[in-house]
Order: sequence, then C-alpha cells, then structure tokens
Amino acid sequence: MNMTTAEPVKLIGAFGSPFVHRAEVALRLKGVPYELILEDMSSKSDLLLANNPVHKKVPVLLHGDRAVCESLVIVEYIDEAFDGPPLLPVDPYDRAMARFWAHFIENKFFQPFWLAYWSEGEAQKAVVKETKENLALLEAQLNGKKFFGGDTPGYLDIAACVLGPWIGVLEEVTGVTLVNGNEFPALCQWAKEYSSSEALEPCHPDRDRLVAYFTENKEKYKMMAKTMLQQ
Amino acid sequence: MAGGDELKLLGFWGSPFVLRARLALSFKGLSYEYVEEDLKNKSELLLQSNPVHKKVPVLIHNGKPVCETQVIVQYLDEVYGANGRPSLLPVDPYDRAMARFWAAYIDDKLLSSLMMMSMGKTEEEKAEGRKQSSGAVETLEGALKECSKGKPFFGGDSVGYVDVVLGGFVAWVRIIDRMTGLKIFDSSKTPILAAWLERFGSLDAAKAVMPDVQRLVELSKMRQV
Repeated sequence: MNMTTAEPVKLIGAFGSPFVHRAEVALRLKGVPYELILEDMSSKSDLLLANNPVHKKVPVLLHGDRAVCESLVIVEYIDEAFDGPPLLPVDPYDRAMARFWAHFIENKFFQPFWLAYWSEGEAQKAVVKETKENLALLEAQLNGKKFFGGDTPGYLDIAACVLGPWIGVLEEVTGVTLVNGNEFPALCQWAKEYSSSEALEPCHPDRDRLVAYFTENKEKYKMMAKTMLQQ
Repeated sequence: MAGGDELKLLGFWGSPFVLRARLALSFKGLSYEYVEEDLKNKSELLLQSNPVHKKVPVLIHNGKPVCETQVIVQYLDEVYGANGRPSLLPVDPYDRAMARFWAAYIDDKLLSSLMMMSMGKTEEEKAEGRKQSSGAVETLEGALKECSKGKPFFGGDSVGYVDVVLGGFVAWVRIIDRMTGLKIFDSSKTPILAAWLERFGSLDAAKAVMPDVQRLVELSKMRQV
C-alpha cells in the first residue's frame, strides 16, 4: 500500500474553473477525500503563491508537503499516487491516444473554442469554423461509446470537461451555439451523461452561480478576445 | 518479444521535436527505421498517420501511429520499460509529476520565447522574446538544481524525461549562439544549465542523433530570407 495515501490532500481552486474541476473529478473518481480551498483570484493567497510560484495559477494539489501544479499533471499524479480505479487506460497505445487527444484539447481546441463565444464579426466566423472542425474530431473519438474512456469517465473525459457543464452556460450568456445536436449528437449525449453523473455531481459548478459569473465578466472576456484576435 | 517488433520514425532533420524523439530512442537503445520527410511535399504515410496535425515526428509501432513528441516519449518509456532498458520517467509519482511539470513548462514558456526571439517580425518582438527566454532559462536553472539534487542530469545520475525534452533544443541553442553570439545558457548567469548543455551534448547517445550545427545555421538563414 502506498505510504503517502495517509497524508491529507488539499486542493487550491477557484469557482468556475474547468481546470480545477479536472483535479476534483480525478480525486472523486479515485475515491480520495480532500479539502477544497477556494481562492479569490483577484487577491491570491500566500498559500497559492508559495506553492505555485512559477505560474501562480489554480489548481494546485497539496498532498502532505508536496505541491503538484498544472491540471493534467495533477490528474496523472492522482492516478499514480493513489489506489483506486485507473483513470488512464491500461494499454500503452490507448494511453498514448488519451494523452494525444488531451494535448489536442489543451493546445489546439481550447483557445479558438473560448474565442468563438466572446468574439464578433469576421474574426468570430474564423474561430467558429476552426472550433467546429475540432469538435468534429472529438465527436469522432467518441465512436459509439458513452464516455471517451468507455463505460465510465476517464482521463480524456476529465480533459474534455469544459464540454460538459460549461457549454449550456456559455450558450446562455453569449447567445452563441456551437455544440448543437445536429452536427454533434455524440458530444451532446456525452455532455448529458457527464453533467448528470451522480459520482461527479458534487464537482459540478452551480449553474446559476456560473451564469452570474460569466455574465459579470462578459465585457472583460469580450475585450480580451478582441485583443487576442488582433495579434 | 523479439521478432516482428517494428519501429519507424517519420521526421525532419532540422526539427527540435524530432530530435527529442530520436534522443529518447537513442537513450533507450532502440532500433528503428528513420524516414526523412520533405516538409514541403509531405508523404502519404505522414498525412495518413497524423491527419490532425500533419506534423513530424510520428512514431509508427507495428503499423500504429503515435503523434505529439511528449506522447511519443512517454509511450516508448512505457512499452520499453523492462528488460534492463533505461527508464526516462522516474518511478515515484511525485518525481514523475515534477518531470511532467517541467516538460510542460519547457514547451509552454521556453519554446514560445525562443521562437519569438528568433522569428519575431519586429525588433520589439525579438527583444521581448529575449527577455522572456532569459526569464524562462533562469527558472529552468532553479528546476535543474531542484530535480538533479547535485547530480549531473534532471533525471539524476542518468538522463531522464526532462533532459530529453530540453535536449531537443540543444542544437537550436547552439545555432543561436553561433549566429548571434547570444548564449542562451550563459555560464555566468545559469552555470548549472551551461554545464548541463556541455555534458548532455557530449554523451554518445546524444551525439549519435544531434544534427550538424553548421547545416542548421544554413537552414535558419534560408528561412529568414
């Protein structure tokens, strides 16, 4: 038995972050009890700054006296440090595929997806087109399965979490619909399964609060999108 | 499991990412067929094996493609982890998390700043790249100190995952030095990294796959025209 599993686990997070959510889901699926410490990102705590001096971001996993940063690094750490059902597939090739698509979500999918909601005009058309092409690739990866991981959610489902509880909220606040049932039926079904999963329910952000959060920050996100697209 | 295990690597001699994959194969003592791609005229095999990105490197193992350099290196480490072959990732989960964290940092911060520095469209952009890469290198100096614990490599006594990931940039760092006189790993500012660069670059397994610096200089000049 792993000596470190007896040490307390804390997660430094912030409301509404899909990256923090990834870490929470991993802990829950693995059956690891943890204490969630919520940050006010406009006034970062000494605890956060001391434990993530490089990026100063959430999530940060504290396991005993160890600090692990970067959400996908945290998820793999949780998978390896604790006993419990595996989050990554067992077969090395399947693991490589899960990591490839997680890398795709992180490095190719995320930015245009985010910009598609908050941008306008011609610039928005371009990122919407790119996002739909990327969504089609992810749709194909589901390939008749309930989750990317098979019958139960795994590493890639965790990486793709923004396509779950956040989609409906983003649509409501911005009026932009990307993941529609006609073009992406498998992803829509996945979102339903993911968002309604009893095991993951405690990790899902409160919908009304998330709507309020995005509404409050709408102008800020639109300004940021405009700046980014001008580069 | 000797017979019928076929490894092929699709690459481009000037790519630091391909170099990483070759370093991993070299340090693990693996045999493979290397296929040089003409990036202006990509092969059917490349386009079919990496339809999402259409980029090198691509590892093809018994006909099955694996793409994305860091995914390839981890795959090789997991498949060829037994029978006395050196492991690139450490055993302890926390040490593995640290290795993955620094590997992500190298791609996120060091790579982007080196690119801005070398290929920025304006003098301001290049200057910003120099500033950012200087900051990233300083951070990595601290990382090497922490990870190596006084030993020669990020991986400790032997080359590990982060050494291979950073190792992909060894040739690039050398050509920047040769072309601009700017030492990315300056021994007066980042002595541990400067020593690491010399040490890593002199290993037989690294020399075996390192591209010729002069040839890279020519390539770099061509691209700037």
